[in-house]
Amino acid sequence: MAQKSIQPYVQRTLSAERPFSIKQFFFQWEWLLAAILLGVIALNTSLSPYFLNVNSLRDATMVFLDKAFIVFPMAFIMIMRDIDISVGSTVALSSVVMATVYNSLGASMEMAVVICLIVGALCGLINGLLIVKFKELSAVIITLATMILYRGIAYIILEDQASGNFPEWFGFFGWGYVYGIPFILILFIIAALLFGLLLHKTTFGRHIYAIGHNDIASKFSGVNVDRTKVIVFTLAGLMAAVTAIFLASRMGSTRPNIANMYELDVIAMAALGGISTAGGKGRLIGTVIAIFIVGYLQYGLGLINIPSQTLLIVVGALLLFAVIVPKLNLSRLKK
Amino acid sequence: MAVHTANAPAAETAVKKESKLASLARFREMGLLAFIILLAVGVQIRNPSFLTVENVVDMATNTAILSILAVGMMLVLVTRGIDLSIGATLALSGMLVAQIVSANSSFSPLLAVLTGIGIGIICGLVIGGLVSWIGVLPIIATLAMMNIYRGFTYMVSDGKWISSYQMPESFVGIATSSVFGINTLILIALFIYASAYYFISHTRTGRQIYAVGSNPESAKITGISEKKILMLVYTLMGGLSGLCGVLWVSKFASAQGDTASGYELSVIAACILGGVSIAGGSGKLGGVILGAVLIGILNNALPLMNVSPFWQKGIEGTIILVAVLLNVAVKRGVERNHLLRRRI
Amino acid sequence: MSEYVLELKGITKRFPGVTALNNVHFKLEKGEIHALMGENGAGKSTFIKVITGVHAADEGKIYLDGKPISFSNPLEAQAVGIAAIYQHVTNYPDLSVTENIFMGHEKVHPKTKRLLWKEMHQEAKSILTQLGSSIDPKREMGTLSVAQQQIIEIAKAISTNARIIIMDEPTAALTARESEDLYRIAESLRDQGTSIIFISHRFEDMYRLASQVTVFRDANYIGSWGVNDITNDQLIVAMVGREITQVFPHKKHPIGEEVLRVENLGKVGYFADISFSLRRGEILGLTGLVGAGRTEVCETLFGITKYDTGSVYLKGEKLHIRRPKDAMKLGIGYLSEDRQKQGLILQWGIGRNITLPALERFSQKGWLNEKNEAEMAKRLAEKVHVKAKSIFDLASSLSGGNQQKVAVAKLLTADLDVIILDEPTKGVDIGAKSAIYEIIQDLAMQGYGIIMVSSEMPEVIGMSDRIAVMREGRITKMLEKEEFSQEAILAAAMSEVQDKTKAG
Repeated sequence: MAQKSIQPYVQRTLSAERPFSIKQFFFQWEWLLAAILLGVIALNTSLSPYFLNVNSLRDATMVFLDKAFIVFPMAFIMIMRDIDISVGSTVALSSVVMATVYNSLGASMEMAVVICLIVGALCGLINGLLIVKFKELSAVIITLATMILYRGIAYIILEDQASGNFPEWFGFFGWGYVYGIPFILILFIIAALLFGLLLHKTTFGRHIYAIGHNDIASKFSGVNVDRTKVIVFTLAGLMAAVTAIFLASRMGSTRPNIANMYELDVIAMAALGGISTAGGKGRLIGTVIAIFIVGYLQYGLGLINIPSQTLLIVVGALLLFAVIVPKLNLSRLKK
Repeated sequence: MAVHTANAPAAETAVKKESKLASLARFREMGLLAFIILLAVGVQIRNPSFLTVENVVDMATNTAILSILAVGMMLVLVTRGIDLSIGATLALSGMLVAQIVSANSSFSPLLAVLTGIGIGIICGLVIGGLVSWIGVLPIIATLAMMNIYRGFTYMVSDGKWISSYQMPESFVGIATSSVFGINTLILIALFIYASAYYFISHTRTGRQIYAVGSNPESAKITGISEKKILMLVYTLMGGLSGLCGVLWVSKFASAQGDTASGYELSVIAACILGGVSIAGGSGKLGGVILGAVLIGILNNALPLMNVSPFWQKGIEGTIILVAVLLNVAVKRGVERNHLLRRRI
Repeated sequence: MSEYVLELKGITKRFPGVTALNNVHFKLEKGEIHALMGENGAGKSTFIKVITGVHAADEGKIYLDGKPISFSNPLEAQAVGIAAIYQHVTNYPDLSVTENIFMGHEKVHPKTKRLLWKEMHQEAKSILTQLGSSIDPKREMGTLSVAQQQIIEIAKAISTNARIIIMDEPTAALTARESEDLYRIAESLRDQGTSIIFISHRFEDMYRLASQVTVFRDANYIGSWGVNDITNDQLIVAMVGREITQVFPHKKHPIGEEVLRVENLGKVGYFADISFSLRRGEILGLTGLVGAGRTEVCETLFGITKYDTGSVYLKGEKLHIRRPKDAMKLGIGYLSEDRQKQGLILQWGIGRNITLPALERFSQKGWLNEKNEAEMAKRLAEKVHVKAKSIFDLASSLSGGNQQKVAVAKLLTADLDVIILDEPTKGVDIGAKSAIYEIIQDLAMQGYGIIMVSSEMPEVIGMSDRIAVMREGRITKMLEKEEFSQEAILAAAMSEVQDKTKAG
């Protein structure tokens, strides 16, 4: 029988230069987002003469940025193919605890703020631990349960009361300016930079993408999948607490039903930003643009007196748009 | 995983004790029933007005709506999906029907119910289309549609309530009247249980829902269309939500923008308590109804036991969490026992 | 009327980049058990899928009872009486035995379309009795053992009135006694006129059951023989296509001091009493039938799952491995069996895949240095001769052999003493196989201790310095180089009934 000869192997070299394709460069979701953002601004300007005014833009930014802090860790979670629908409840619980320790337990406001952050992080930590210890259950169902539980605890603490009377300096978070720039905007930019660097420039970020594409292969490659997940969910809880501080500061008080359905806005912003719900894909810059799209759209529609509850439709539609368009595009390319 | 399994029992190799939790799996419905009875007895001792006819009927009518929705949710969960939009669908259907009957008092109750179901079916079709044809994750699709439907409800109501004095008596009568001395709501629920039972255990399509949930790959080889099945369950869920919208508005004689907001969570809780597997493929009608009854009793009993109503959400959340975690623990126990019996 | 119930002529099936079947033939008589043999990747699985209508052939014809026929989906094949029992049981674990048997062809009331449960339970019961099984048809499928589930699959085939039943490695996961039950069932079906295509790696199965054997190799048809007309050696040559020793590179690798010692390792339900030692420069073959517990042993050594009893020593020190990262830090690397699921991130480029296990090597305090990363990836990819243009080529675009080379390159990022290779040449074409063997030999020369798990006997014999044979979770034989032979391995790998009394 004829023998197969062993091919003598040729020394091969591989290119280590990243290939650059102009088509790919322009074929990016972020360009589409930028165009949509410009469209939204143009629309708002045409609808309301008050829109393109530095003061009004600045105020608008202050209003919608509070929940934007959660978008970053939510993007991490979605890249890992998980989801966290308990973040709105975490905002409520951490702000309620903050107000209660300040008003009822006599803690200083500084102390209360720290406690708020701890409570938020703890909520996230519990989510993360449950998710890695009970792998048979999806993150959907676990965070659904904690979503009810966290808000339930907030109701047990405050019933349906509001709690406020924060010291004057606390209002700075929500209303303060530094050199004419809203404090929240400065913090938002810092957070965006930090999360962006974390995701795109560190080994931790690389692990997040790896887990999103293939968690089993990641585990076999020595990635500590469980620890990464726990850290990311804890970050989500922590950022929810940051949101809680800004929200309570801006509103001057808090109550258990605060931040209801924030998870939808947050997930919609992340999905619109190009974070695929199938995992592994998306960049943080997209979510930043998406935050401004959703924020300005809501603000602009508010200017022309569309009631805020109707805006639910807009956010829902944007979420659908974000998840459907890439699928349609892909199927057309395949054909 | 392919592993050897010896025919003969091999207790001698068992290094560790078998899990006792596993035996819970067999007595799930009985256990739930026992728990309900214990709870009822406990509440009765604390407050004798609990087991009065009036209160029991009140509880039953409340549970009727919850359990109808839970039946639909069970089918969705069996296919490995979830539907968060049912509270919103319910509100939209309730609001639209309430507006129709308040504008036109001669509108017949039956027609009102059918209109509600129709609206629900349309809502469900949209979700089914998104999930099955476009392939959007159920959690994302229903989260988005939940907001869109809720937004529509606010939009058509213009932020106003429709209260009992605007509704014709015949309409309010849908939920409060009785036939043969039994409340209509309860009769409707019984009818839904019976049809659901027949559908899921005696028709091909009903079994195909379970097949798709149990093993989608095999279902494909068998020639079952997963798309059609998904479309069907979300449409059914929508139809039931639409029906419940009419019942809800009729029972509480009020339609508002935030009707049944967050109600989907109670429904999911009832299903999980009733033993529906979140991983798909399994779920029994009896269990789900018992789960709904338990949630119904809890909601009713808390105020009677002088527990602040604000504890309700916290208790509900705890129950869901404990129930899903216990499910996993039981499953692990069963698997561990299988391993222990394996002969090496 | 033709004498063959099923005949396939000149079947060719191409997938992007590979020809899975190249002009193959097959003839099946009525009431015959026909063995189909060949190595992994010979094209058997694709062939079954063509017969059952899962894949359509690109060329060639299928004749049923002498008449040409074609299937556009599995249901059409089922309708004419062809049923397949797949290697990995495909069933509905949450549903009852009866439902599993009747799914897709339920008995319904002619008018109301109501499911006739009573009739179905009865028929299920009678088919199972006929198969000599006392399984209750109302039991949930998921609670049955693998062997019982296989019987249900056969019952399903019978309930569709299948005339041709294809069994794809049905005995792979069964014990000797369970296999014996299966043989009996197959024989009684044959006697009733059913034709069976029996696919197996076990010679034992073939001799026990089949009257004809057809061999495929590398997607080609090699030949068909009566079982009694061909010797064992001829059959092996037909399957392997070469003298066993010739394809394996022979480089002298000096064997050094002990690097790994495993003592009495056990995991409840998977394996027990696993003890062996491994020296530097040594290739230890670990073989046995699928399901003998080889992969499970390797996975616990690498920290994927935990072992319950026993201990592991690396260079004389007792190890506490909790996760793969620990194992890699201590010096144990693992090339997993399933490249696509466990080995690579297919959506990523070659470079990122290679560097994933060792990001800290070119990063400072967690910050990635992409320039250093690219250099490292390039160096390692070239070292294992990956055929590609650049390190940014997607892993999914590579052939099986090149994917495996990338997976090997991942191991080289760490400072290892022991490398565990689980089926390193599974699904890899001949050319790439040789290259992978070269790499393994090179690694041994460099002083790594190597554990090579493999089901392919020529490979184990050709590559190993010692061979550990596993059966049902235990090492039954440790063979030294001079004892190597197919027979010795088979004898140790197959469970013999009389041996049972000694075990456990």
